[in-house]
Amino acid sequence: MKRGFTILAVVTAVLLCFGLYAALIAAPTEQTMGNVQRIFYYHVSSAWTAFLLFTINFVASIAYLLRRNTTTDIVALISAEVGVVFCTVVLVTGPLWARPVWGIWWTWDPRLTLTFALWLIYVSYLLLRRFSTSSQAAVLAAVLAVFGGLDVPLDYLAIRWWRGQHPAPVIGGGGSLDAHMWYVLLINVAAFVCLAWLLCIVRYRLEVLKREVEETQALESLMEAGR
Amino acid sequence: MSFLEITRSTLIKDIRLEWRSKDAINAMLFFALLVVVIFSFSFDPDAEESRRIAGGLIWVAFLFAAVVALNQTWARELRNQVLDAYRVSPAPANPLFLAKALGNFIFVSILELLMTPLFVIFYKLRALGPAWELVPIALLGTWALVINGTFFAAISLRTRSREIMLPLLLFPISLPALLGMVNATTAVLTGDAPARFWIALLLAYDVVFTTACLFLFELVLEAE
Amino acid sequence: MPEIDSHASAVTAENVIKQFGRFAALRGITAEFAAGKMYVVLGDNGAGKTTLLRTIAGLAQPTRGTISVLGSTSIKFVRARIGYMAHPSMLYDEMTGMENLRYFGRLYGVSSANCRNAILSVKLDPDLDRLVGQYSQGMRQRMSLARAILNDPELLLLDEPFSNVDFRSAREMSGLLVQIRDRGKTLFVVTHQPGLLESVADEFVYMESGRITDRSPKLRTVAQ
Repeated sequence: MKRGFTILAVVTAVLLCFGLYAALIAAPTEQTMGNVQRIFYYHVSSAWTAFLLFTINFVASIAYLLRRNTTTDIVALISAEVGVVFCTVVLVTGPLWARPVWGIWWTWDPRLTLTFALWLIYVSYLLLRRFSTSSQAAVLAAVLAVFGGLDVPLDYLAIRWWRGQHPAPVIGGGGSLDAHMWYVLLINVAAFVCLAWLLCIVRYRLEVLKREVEETQALESLMEAGR
Repeated sequence: MSFLEITRSTLIKDIRLEWRSKDAINAMLFFALLVVVIFSFSFDPDAEESRRIAGGLIWVAFLFAAVVALNQTWARELRNQVLDAYRVSPAPANPLFLAKALGNFIFVSILELLMTPLFVIFYKLRALGPAWELVPIALLGTWALVINGTFFAAISLRTRSREIMLPLLLFPISLPALLGMVNATTAVLTGDAPARFWIALLLAYDVVFTTACLFLFELVLEAE
Repeated sequence: MPEIDSHASAVTAENVIKQFGRFAALRGITAEFAAGKMYVVLGDNGAGKTTLLRTIAGLAQPTRGTISVLGSTSIKFVRARIGYMAHPSMLYDEMTGMENLRYFGRLYGVSSANCRNAILSVKLDPDLDRLVGQYSQGMRQRMSLARAILNDPELLLLDEPFSNVDFRSAREMSGLLVQIRDRGKTLFVVTHQPGLLESVADEFVYMESGRITDRSPKLRTVAQ
């Protein structure tokens, strides 16, 4: 187990470094936007990673509702947390890119807006987990996750149509991608997915430990003062 | 004691209780009026673009009024632990949910019927598009808010800061519906574009989430 | 579908543990309670009496362990045969007694006539126009009991039915409970006033810190 983790960490580090080099130096400079466009590699990689994590959360939540297995509950929790982190990166890199290129901080670009909607849903999911006082808080959170998942296609349609009526600068590169750029993008996506995986493993272990501590404390209170 | 029977009895019971404690209704109606007034003072009703933004203004106003009403939904069931009396009975969970949702629908609709004429007057609204389409928009849009609102209000029962939790959960999930309501209304008011797509979206939203709520409400009711 | 056998055991608990976070309300209850008897549950505050009753009623799920009620491990199937009464009245304050019972009667499929009988059996007037919120404590407890026996339950769970009740009402209620037991029903009564049931109860169950520490047919005197 430990060996696997170390290997993954090394692979991640290598990919990240290589991806950095590729994005900042090796990749061809974009015609219209210049070097600022390079942030695209991080913007899109974070987005794909976040969507992947949210999908995992959706699947894990459904699995939890069906089986009530603690592992699926933990997977749902950590994938939401790490997903929100990467989603935040998308929402921050978006404006960082838009500002120098178009002079505005935000644009209701369809993809960015959808990402924002997802961010809101998952932050509310994490808030529910934190604020819930129920013994079945995990069930309630899983239910919310299912609702979130059902919401996404509707969000997609709504936002697409909405912005279709008001064309705006498209962050994320609407047109086709140069072959070289694809290659750089894929490396960075791989790097980010590995990074996410790494974070998830660490967070998973932390959560398992945390629950073990709670179990032990509960067990102790069970033993004490009784005859 | 069929499903519909229980839904009907619960709805009548709720209406009767609401009617007898009229203070809550009066306060809510006054609140709705205040929201319209605040909006009229904040967003100049004489401006040329008022027709274009009125759709958004109206629905946001409805949303805030609805949240105040929705927070009250389950409050009555918590007094004297009377919700336990339902839970302990053999009655299934869904009639209770439907009754609450329908009650909220009626109540929020009453608020809307109060607020709309005021908006029309203050903003001198006139529909340039097919005005009859506003009826399905209002019905579908209100149902969209109420169905998820009732559901999340139930989830919020077992959280700290219950009243703030409801909007926190409701608003993100309601985004597509909100876009639908606002854009459909604006489309009808300005006559610029067909509202048909938005009405279809609202219908899809309502169908998807009504089904999801009916499927999952029992889990929420049983969570202590 | 769990099997429902005509075992003579009303409640069977197998190492039932109920935890609320770090606090353990029930710490491993293993016991069998035969049908047709009146069990008086005693213990200090925090002993777990309320949690035990709520778990039997299906209002709380055991964190670990299993509980079988009226022969079934899934409470859903036997809810129609259980009655539950707690310290909060579990009634709507803004309705009359009869209105309350008629509503709850619908949940059980009990006719209006039987609702009247339930109210009469606790020596209250079914035609009383007063809202439950205006009842005295004794009247409210009796109406709450009427609600609990509405469906003529085989298993009746009462959590502090006599608290804050005047002596005469308490005597009448205990008389009614004895009649119910004599008809072959099972009763669990949590109370701080065991004297009322001293000569009629079948067994006294003592709880402390989430465990059953003693079961005896006779009430322990202070000296023991």
